[in-house]
Amino acid sequence: MNHIKTINKANLKKTAAKGGCGKCQASCQSACKTSCTVANQKCEREA
Amino acid sequence: MIHKYKLGGYNVLLDVNSGGVHLVDDLTYDLLDNVEPPFQKECPGEVVKKLSKSYKDDDIRECYEEIVSLYNDGILFSEDDYEKFALSAVASPVKAMCLHISHDCNLRCKYCFASTGDFGQGRKLMDFETGKRAIDFLIEKSADRYFLELDFFGGEPSMNFDAVKQIVEYARSQEGPHNKKFRFTITTNGIHLTDDMIDFINKEMYNVVLSIDGRKEVNDRMRVRADGSGSYDTITKNFKRLVDKRPKDRDWYVRGTYTKYNLDFSNDVMHLYDLGFDQISVEPVMADASEPYAITEAELPAIFSEYEVLSQKIAKIRKEGKFINFFHFMLDLDQGPCAIKRLRGCGCGNEYVAVTPDGDIYPCHQFVGIKDYKMGNLYEGTFDLDMKNDFAHAHVYTKPECKKCWAKFYCSGGCNANNYMYAGDIHNAHKLSCQIQKKRLECAILMKAVELMDTAE
Repeated sequence: MNHIKTINKANLKKTAAKGGCGKCQASCQSACKTSCTVANQKCEREA
Repeated sequence: MIHKYKLGGYNVLLDVNSGGVHLVDDLTYDLLDNVEPPFQKECPGEVVKKLSKSYKDDDIRECYEEIVSLYNDGILFSEDDYEKFALSAVASPVKAMCLHISHDCNLRCKYCFASTGDFGQGRKLMDFETGKRAIDFLIEKSADRYFLELDFFGGEPSMNFDAVKQIVEYARSQEGPHNKKFRFTITTNGIHLTDDMIDFINKEMYNVVLSIDGRKEVNDRMRVRADGSGSYDTITKNFKRLVDKRPKDRDWYVRGTYTKYNLDFSNDVMHLYDLGFDQISVEPVMADASEPYAITEAELPAIFSEYEVLSQKIAKIRKEGKFINFFHFMLDLDQGPCAIKRLRGCGCGNEYVAVTPDGDIYPCHQFVGIKDYKMGNLYEGTFDLDMKNDFAHAHVYTKPECKKCWAKFYCSGGCNANNYMYAGDIHNAHKLSCQIQKKRLECAILMKAVELMDTAE
């Protein structure tokens, strides 16, 4: 494409179907304790 | 829904519902102000005419085709079809706990949200029996969750370190019989970290959060002892000892708070980096606007600009092939958390609770001491499942401002405690936090996009 450069393989929709296993860390436990940032958490679901 | 913004000489285009990120030229940026689904086969004549003052007609038509192509691929103007998952949100097992091992502290930080350590409840240490009951409670309520997170928090946990050791030993003894694995973390101010404590922390703690604000004059203005003296000289030495001895595969962060007094906080991040700390989290203070150090709307332009400066400084370090991690710029555009996780955020009051030295249960550490949010007590055997259910249903589709926000799948509805304390209800967005969060995300998305683009090239 000449005008648009797509950076990532957008897969958020695919994660909805198999998501929600709950194995991942509660985000507030990591380093913040005063704010909520979820997008920087790791998915821990086994492939 | 799309979100677009200009930053650092780039035009960034985000497709909110797919998570798609695109870098676009000025023509695309301007064209997107004039077109949206449903799309036609060709760019509407009036749009071509409107933009023809600045761009060639053929380019406008070509650009339109590219937009339509991405729309057809589902990575631009993609549908929001997550609400059905949110509406079926159910109460989850409890998997994480903030254990208030010490409602006492050896610092008197001026911005402390915990009333300098005791959360307004009197200075107390948690005894082993209460800690044991907390472990039993967590195991019982965790259903089939394997990893259980337990954060030793305060006040200052090192003031009750014998209890920390006893509770860790007890929890480890319960892992096998219950098929669980505890991940311990500890948050410490570093004032009284002995070698014995450091060795124990480095052996047992999955993550450790080391509280320091940055430059000596910044840190010592707020993080003071009871006699008013600063903590910087002591804690930098202690934190270095801890980090130097920490196994490479274990997480840790230095974590600071910035206030109105250091709006040039990128210098504090860089100071921490220069000290040898390359895992860094520095966050805005949350305080009533009447406090002299509080951040208010008036400080936002300076803060926004400072995040841009910080992102440039970090990008420069990385370009030199060196490592630095800033917690709020961490973003994995391809393999981040699933959409379901992103609907509800931290899980406080549902997957996550806090327990005080008296055995009282609250939705999280920030709610401790707020009577209306006491969920139960370990000695009374009480746990308010109705309140737990309310928190389970506090997600981005029940928070009106979040529902229409482009950042909802990154911040997931924000901090419920901040929403309650500063916006009156867990479902109301705390706008000051939102604005800072959005700026951080814009910087983080661009940084990641540029890194990925550079790698690809």
